[in-house]
Amino acid sequence: MAKITVDGKVYEVDENNNLLDACLSLGLDLPYFCWHPAMGSVGACRQCAVKQYKDENDQRGMIVMACMTPVVDGARISIRDPEAVEFRARVIEWLMMNHPHDCPICDEGGECHLQDMTVMTGHNYRHYRFNKRTHRNQYLGPLINHEMNRCIECYRCVRYYRELAGGRDFDVFASHDHVYFGRHEDGILESPFSGNLVEICPTGVFTDKTLKKHFSRKWDLETAPSICIHCGLGCNTIPGERYGMLRRIRNRYNRQVNGYFLCDRGRYGYEFVNSESRIKYPLIKNDSAPQHQTTTRAKALEHWAEIEKTKVIGIGSPRASLEANFALQELVGEENFFSGISEKDAQLISTAIEILKKGAARPASLHDVELADAVFVLGEDLTNSAPMLDFALRQSIRRKPMEIARKLRIWEWDDSAVREAIQQEKGPLFLATPAETKLDEIATDTFHGAPQDLARLGFAVAHALDATSPPVTGLPDKLQSLVEEIAKNLREAENPLVISGLGCRTEAIIHATANIAWALCRLGKKAKICLTSPECNSIGLGLLSNANLQDALSALEGSDSATLVILENDLYRRSSGEFVEELFKAANKVVVLDYLETPTTLKADMVLPVATFAEGDGTLINNEGRAQRYFQVFIPAGETRESWRWLRDMMFTEEHTQAKEWQNLDHVILALADRYPLLSKVKEIAPSAEFRIIEQKIPRQPHRYSGRTAMHANINVSEPKPPEDPDSALSFSMEGTPEIPPAALIPRFWQPGWNSVQSLNKFQSEVAGSLIGGDPGIRLIEPSEISEIEFFKSVPPSFQSKDNKWEAVPLYHIFGSEELSVHSAGIAELTPTPYLMVSPSSFQELILNENEKVIVSLENQDVQLPIMISPSLPKGVVGISTGLPGLPNLDLPNWVIIKGMSKSEDSE
Amino acid sequence: MEKPLTKNIKPDRQPISMEEYKITGGYEAVTKALKTLTPSEVTDLVKKSNLKGRGGAGFPTGLKWSFVPMGDEAPRPKYIIANADEMEPGTFKDRLLLEGDPHLLVEGMIVAGYAIQAEVGYIFLRWAYKDAEKYLLKAIQEAYHAGYLGKNILGSDYSFELKVHTSAGRYMCGEETGLLNSLEGKRANPRSKPPYPQTSGLWGKPTIVNNVETLCNVPHIVNNGPEWFKNLSLTEDGGTKIYGASGKVKRPGLWELPMGTTLGEILDHAGGMQEGLKFRGALPGGASTDFLVEDHLDVKLDFTHVQEAGSRLGTGTIIVLDDKTCPVGMVQNLEHFFAQESCGWCTPCREGLPWIARTLDAIEKGQGQPGDLELLSAHAKLLGPGHTFCALAPGAVEPLQSALKYFGEDFQRHIDEKRCPWR
Repeated sequence: MAKITVDGKVYEVDENNNLLDACLSLGLDLPYFCWHPAMGSVGACRQCAVKQYKDENDQRGMIVMACMTPVVDGARISIRDPEAVEFRARVIEWLMMNHPHDCPICDEGGECHLQDMTVMTGHNYRHYRFNKRTHRNQYLGPLINHEMNRCIECYRCVRYYRELAGGRDFDVFASHDHVYFGRHEDGILESPFSGNLVEICPTGVFTDKTLKKHFSRKWDLETAPSICIHCGLGCNTIPGERYGMLRRIRNRYNRQVNGYFLCDRGRYGYEFVNSESRIKYPLIKNDSAPQHQTTTRAKALEHWAEIEKTKVIGIGSPRASLEANFALQELVGEENFFSGISEKDAQLISTAIEILKKGAARPASLHDVELADAVFVLGEDLTNSAPMLDFALRQSIRRKPMEIARKLRIWEWDDSAVREAIQQEKGPLFLATPAETKLDEIATDTFHGAPQDLARLGFAVAHALDATSPPVTGLPDKLQSLVEEIAKNLREAENPLVISGLGCRTEAIIHATANIAWALCRLGKKAKICLTSPECNSIGLGLLSNANLQDALSALEGSDSATLVILENDLYRRSSGEFVEELFKAANKVVVLDYLETPTTLKADMVLPVATFAEGDGTLINNEGRAQRYFQVFIPAGETRESWRWLRDMMFTEEHTQAKEWQNLDHVILALADRYPLLSKVKEIAPSAEFRIIEQKIPRQPHRYSGRTAMHANINVSEPKPPEDPDSALSFSMEGTPEIPPAALIPRFWQPGWNSVQSLNKFQSEVAGSLIGGDPGIRLIEPSEISEIEFFKSVPPSFQSKDNKWEAVPLYHIFGSEELSVHSAGIAELTPTPYLMVSPSSFQELILNENEKVIVSLENQDVQLPIMISPSLPKGVVGISTGLPGLPNLDLPNWVIIKGMSKSEDSE
Repeated sequence: MEKPLTKNIKPDRQPISMEEYKITGGYEAVTKALKTLTPSEVTDLVKKSNLKGRGGAGFPTGLKWSFVPMGDEAPRPKYIIANADEMEPGTFKDRLLLEGDPHLLVEGMIVAGYAIQAEVGYIFLRWAYKDAEKYLLKAIQEAYHAGYLGKNILGSDYSFELKVHTSAGRYMCGEETGLLNSLEGKRANPRSKPPYPQTSGLWGKPTIVNNVETLCNVPHIVNNGPEWFKNLSLTEDGGTKIYGASGKVKRPGLWELPMGTTLGEILDHAGGMQEGLKFRGALPGGASTDFLVEDHLDVKLDFTHVQEAGSRLGTGTIIVLDDKTCPVGMVQNLEHFFAQESCGWCTPCREGLPWIARTLDAIEKGQGQPGDLELLSAHAKLLGPGHTFCALAPGAVEPLQSALKYFGEDFQRHIDEKRCPWR
């Protein structure tokens, strides 16, 4: 720590920082633009000027840029010095010379850092009397709006896009006061992290195009802390609602998880909440009315009571909350509860959980991934299956080269100096995937092979690290040298990391990954392991049950008139259509709780409308075993309720005496924690509904929320009483505490004078540190100190191609492979059509004409697909785009038969 | 009077050949350095000679070299770069050396390269110097052929490759870190300092960037010793200086004269003012220096004395202002140049300079307003050293602030009379 004097007052600050960071961490107000806590200092905007004095005798001092000046013990600075004050106001005046002052029609208005900083510096009179420069705006795709005239040239966007997100199709063009930030020509931004430009840009150059379509000011948005549900990483988000419509998603900082950023699927996938396909009222069909008829809650529950229930089978869901799954389990009984996933997926989840529990290697958070200095990825196309891991790896490859900067005594925050010093140097990153991935471009080396061969490579690396791990025989020399290279880099690293996951759907790969991590641990390394999980609550579901869909069918078949209750799950995405039909046939009645119409709801005898993540509260457990709470943002229209409330009302037997009485979410959580000791900490991840700050709740509506008395006046001029929220300490109101709440309950980042997202500094214990009071969420699975590691033993044989059969592996798409986000128009626009990917040699072997379709047969399913060619695929292996709309569920990887198809056979 | 820098320059300024160069003692410094001196001894000679950078900043050359990490632990490769991107308005001294005596620069770079143990040298050449490019490439080829470049020069352990890079042409490329970025294929934006190029320069490796004239002095210092070099000068700053004059003088041109020659003497070399014109002032070292006026004719043009007079020696090529030329128009012209050449990185330079330029346009067009002069004075201070990312804007406001000081009445007349009195 160092002592510095700011305007005569002495403070203790971190000596590894610059003065701007130090001042902001102290809570002092000092304006800035080009500096960003995740990007460091570059000294471009000159906005954070302060006066620095040599010593107490120095009366003159000199202007320095706080962001570029290291903290030194005894430093004396002044923020209030008149010359510094005047200079900062002038900088704003310069920035405003060409700014269009179009705040009233600018989407950033009201949460604009430029507005805030202008007010902060006191600049209010425009002296510049000449013409403003104007720019042409670009079309950048369906997600981001571009309005270059508002640009104040802080260079954050281009630094973010190129240096953090690794994009290449965005740059700064021209020079002097004509500099232009955009693409070389109009077109969709290629980076799947481009949405962060909206929050990076300190003014309205880059704004959320999806919000634009249903615009609302920040001050009119009702918000609550939430968790992204579009993959298994559990990024923290802030959804915003007005008039019953979800308007946008913003990042919610959590140092351990997503930090300052989100991927575009997470940011823009929210529009399914507003979808036309939403189910808002209970639906019933029966013999007399074979089409679904809308009904009321009471009628639906009556109907439920009338259904004959000798046995009730419950099918849970990896996209439903822990509480919802638990409520279903309570309703049907533990033995009748089945996780709604296939046998293979259930097996993979239990393997992942077993590895996390077994320990030695700690699971890596996204933040840990950023700090890894040597990484080996097995089997996963992270950009598409767990996008923020891609982003984290792009930061991690800078860890090792950072040593170069350190030797030159360059501070890590001195960003441009660091980048000049380390140039193109990248830390070790090895990838082993079936086909090429976007991360290949930054990898030290890559290997593309069939899943078994990826596993063998992994086992070989583990063996190279630790001879007691099973050996792999018969590896080609070239591969053996790659094995040595990977092992060497992992061994030499301080924070080695191995990543795999469930995307490749191959257990041997996960085993190999664990062996590597454990071998490193045995070498005394602080090795970490990261296993992706496919959905937002895959791990949570796995902790409740590993009974799969096949088991559910067996259970149904064993009884005569069993009723099937399916929770937030479209089974047609889990298994073949044939299997699902069989399941339905085996059930007497099928009840589905879901929010969107799906092939599964269409088959149901009764459908109950349930809350999406934005309309209810719940707990999700991410891929590293971190339990996180999301909170209801708004009260949905119609009869929509949280699944657990429906399920509670459906309870009727004696065993339900307690559960029937659940009044709020806390009651569910208490019962859950009671039942599952491993889940007992779920109680602690957020304050209970009783929590108050000086007897006040935390308001979901900001202090400037407008139109409260008018917004429903066309229906009733009497202002309705704000709805109660029995489930949380948040209120559906403007009234409540003005204090900063505990981190898990922060509904938005906003502080006096700081209306934009930059106000986040005020919520952190120090800049870029944890949120005050600690980041929300608790990791449930902390590995114990274990004495003996037992390696996975079974090494698969090497892949052998077959005549007339092809090993098909799943290929994922960030836009399209996930069920819910494709309901967003922008995401749908970016979703590719399903395809079969083959290597050029396979293509020749198949004697196919390009652009012609083929028929791919897997067991009893035939799928027509167009061909795409990728030289990266190994011999005998093909890839099938997975999860895309219009494609049935295929159990991949698997052997398929491919037949060419003439034009006449093409059903389209 | 000795003229080591220009002694080989032919009257028609055609380049001298390798043979001609060797006859006059060419490449003896390379031989001497590589065969009899250690790298640090070469650096010491240059340090003792008190050679200061001729690009304008006047930083002691030997001291600069001494910051380069040496020894086996030093990062490799190291680079020596000749800054031949002569884009300072009114400055054309390096062109004379590049075109007339290309071998002198090549030799200077080999010796300098040896001193810092550089593996590679680059001549970063202004795009417009097409002839120089041709001559340099020929000289380099000859030097390779003669064994002064390439592997194991003159049988020593020292190997050195030399390349010419022709710039795409921005003023910013003359700023040493802008030059490095440009050489790396990036925008010619300046870099933050520290770290200095000596430790983290081209491709992040130790790099020395020296002006052409600076490097051309090096062989002579090695051959003749630091005392000889110091004695060439009339003042403390060692050596000769190529001074120049442009503007409405009788004989614009360049002259190699002892360092510390006065402004008046240089005007005499230029033959004085053209008929009917009177001297009003001069920018002593290119466009980015403060005006000197009649009171300063006796100022010795070296780094120290010009500074005492409130300006900078800069490149030592003076631009003369006469009484029939509008000082506002002259400054307006310069500020347009600087505004256009701003890289656009930092706010004061990117936005402040165009504001200055447009205000001067308005004044010159007779559309000046009360308050404009205050605005210009304020900007001259606001764009001062430390306020901006690099030295471009502080340099750009030097002619402005001094013009306001010495020719303030002329500015005021423009505003009062709503016209340019010189038109």
